Amino acid sequence: MEFLNAIVALSNYVLIPGIAYGSQLALGALGVTLVYGILRFSNFAHGDTMAFGAMVTILFTWWFQSMGLSLGPLPTALIALPLGILGTMGLLLLTDRFVYRFYRAQKAKPVILVIVSLGVMFIMNGIVRFIIGADDINFLDGERFIISARDFKTMTGLDEGLAFRTTQLITIVTAMIIVAALFWFLNKTRSGKSMRAYSDNEDLALLSGINPERVVMITWLIVAVLATVAGVLYGLDKSFKPFTYFQLLLPIFASAIVGGLGNPVGAIAGGFVIAFSEVTITYAWKKVLGYLLPESLEPSGLVQLLSTDYKFAVSFVILLIVLLVKPTGLFKGQAV
Amino acid sequence: MKKMLMATTAAALLATNAWADAHSKEVKLGIEFGFTGPIESLTGPMAAGAEMAMKEVTDSGMLMDGAMVTALRADSGCIDNGLAVSSAERLIADGINGLIGADCSGVTGAVLQNVAIPNGMVMISPSATSPGLTTMEDNGLFFRTSPSDAREGEVMAEILKERGVESIALTYTNNDYGKGLADAIESSFKAAGGEVTIVAAHEDGKADYSAEMGALASAGGDLLVVAGYLDQGGAGIIKAALDSGAWDTFGLPGGMIGENLPKNIGPDLDGSYGQIAGSEGKGIDTFAKMAEEAGFDGTSPYAPESYDAAALFLLAMQAAGSTDPAEYKDKIMEVANAPGEKVYPGELGKALEMIANGTDIDYVGASAVELIGPGESAGTYRMIEVRDGKNETIGFK
Repeated sequence: MEFLNAIVALSNYVLIPGIAYGSQLALGALGVTLVYGILRFSNFAHGDTMAFGAMVTILFTWWFQSMGLSLGPLPTALIALPLGILGTMGLLLLTDRFVYRFYRAQKAKPVILVIVSLGVMFIMNGIVRFIIGADDINFLDGERFIISARDFKTMTGLDEGLAFRTTQLITIVTAMIIVAALFWFLNKTRSGKSMRAYSDNEDLALLSGINPERVVMITWLIVAVLATVAGVLYGLDKSFKPFTYFQLLLPIFASAIVGGLGNPVGAIAGGFVIAFSEVTITYAWKKVLGYLLPESLEPSGLVQLLSTDYKFAVSFVILLIVLLVKPTGLFKGQAV
Repeated sequence: MKKMLMATTAAALLATNAWADAHSKEVKLGIEFGFTGPIESLTGPMAAGAEMAMKEVTDSGMLMDGAMVTALRADSGCIDNGLAVSSAERLIADGINGLIGADCSGVTGAVLQNVAIPNGMVMISPSATSPGLTTMEDNGLFFRTSPSDAREGEVMAEILKERGVESIALTYTNNDYGKGLADAIESSFKAAGGEVTIVAAHEDGKADYSAEMGALASAGGDLLVVAGYLDQGGAGIIKAALDSGAWDTFGLPGGMIGENLPKNIGPDLDGSYGQIAGSEGKGIDTFAKMAEEAGFDGTSPYAPESYDAAALFLLAMQAAGSTDPAEYKDKIMEVANAPGEKVYPGELGKALEMIANGTDIDYVGASAVELIGPGESAGTYRMIEVRDGKNETIGFK
């Protein structure tokens, strides 16, 4: 019984939130890593692309809700998601046409493109705030919990509750589907192969007849899907606030770099490393140890390695160590 | 065009002179609030409140043989010390007789240290609540009509005790306001015999709060007290706590009281409780009515305190018979506190007349002013409980 309580407490506060947050970071990091691998620059506008996708989805969600459409226990936003993706695709293709193509034609250095993406970020930032405002928006409807802590307690008779939210399940399932589809696309289809070829060696790819503009376009389309899905899942799970999406950029980049920039597998691993390092290293083990140890050994303090104030420091220390020891990241990416 | 401009200017000058002639003396009060910045939505009604008191006094014609009170507004930026100090210096150069402000605690300290003390200017802030200002050396020049957060800590500890709460977990937004308030709550609650299981900071606007929630939940406690902002990390923490089932009631200090919180969180917040600075009774009712007639919202936070700040300046000047800060500064505590005839909003003219006749007054004003210690409001708090998705006032303390 005591042992079960310990497991449940750990799952409720560490495992489940860590997995859900990790999936959100992984989806975001995949987008960053694709842009880096194929277009060869760090896209600082990614966080705000996520915000834009989420915003379009929210607007359609509201419209559907006003028409009385719903998915029952699932959030209405899932129907609106494809439309949000289309909107984001349009935005990214337009930015590419009017901004990035100009610099690509000039063969601009990556550092210039990074600064350009910073400018794009501020503009997207403004567009989102202008359209939907800077406030917190909660657009989740349907069932909030698959099982809530209170129900779990009455069902099992344990002292500890285990809460599992619909959004957490949706996040994990959707992330798995998207990642599987992405890998299938990159490894099995002709377009995917041409993208990888272009990423490995641009000149050779051009010589073998790959159309670079087409590769770029497909990349942006995939990035739009990844960004919108990540943005909507995050917004459903927590809430939508433009400023938070901007803040998400840091952990997303940390994930992509830890895993190895340009390497999709690395982006996923990096997302989970960062999420779990934030949650576990600052976790106070008092409760879990209290269940596991005999009464005489029960800790009186919090048994916390680091105060939660340092949770961001933790992910950046990991980032530093990885860059020092293995500059290409955990999985071999391109050198930064 | 040029000629016309000159003519208009001349006309304006003449008009001002005519005004000044009618009133033998002019009293200038500076109003320095953050008209831009994080609390810009509050400063409009605050300034309107202060100006309403000045107009009332001017209209009564009772201040030192019919002196006219004029307001000079300046921007403190709320969090911009450089801007606040230069604005205050400009006000001093314009010849103010007293400074209402500043608004936020950080800039208030900066203006006090860099401008008010060197120039011997009296400041009355309606809204700076940091406990740090209580102990700051001020040469008797600084007063505030708002209570210190230390007082809020005591009030919160009392409320928790009355409700039978034995232990709390405490999280605060990582800035001067949150830290000061958390310290106050922690020490007061411990002094009252309660247990504080953990004190953990949270950053505003972050992506995920499950790490914070893990630590807080592990420490446990009857109640989670969230000393944060309702539009910021405070709401995120409450969401994370509800989602993981760690707590379902919360203690909500002033920064968390607002209609947005029950709106965003939903019915799960029902039963949570807290307090925010605010008073009841004749003073605030009269003030709200006067404000409505004047066309602004008198229930907006710190608007009553701003009215009181302006009123205290003018009453103290009358009592000292001088607009010199060095002379009237000692009178501020005298007019604000008992003994004496009680004075409410709308009675400033009568009060000035009583002072002139040598009657002692006790200014109550819109926010039930009672200055204690080094010249700060004792403070009354409105106790709030969330019921059916609304913040209901359940009493005063």
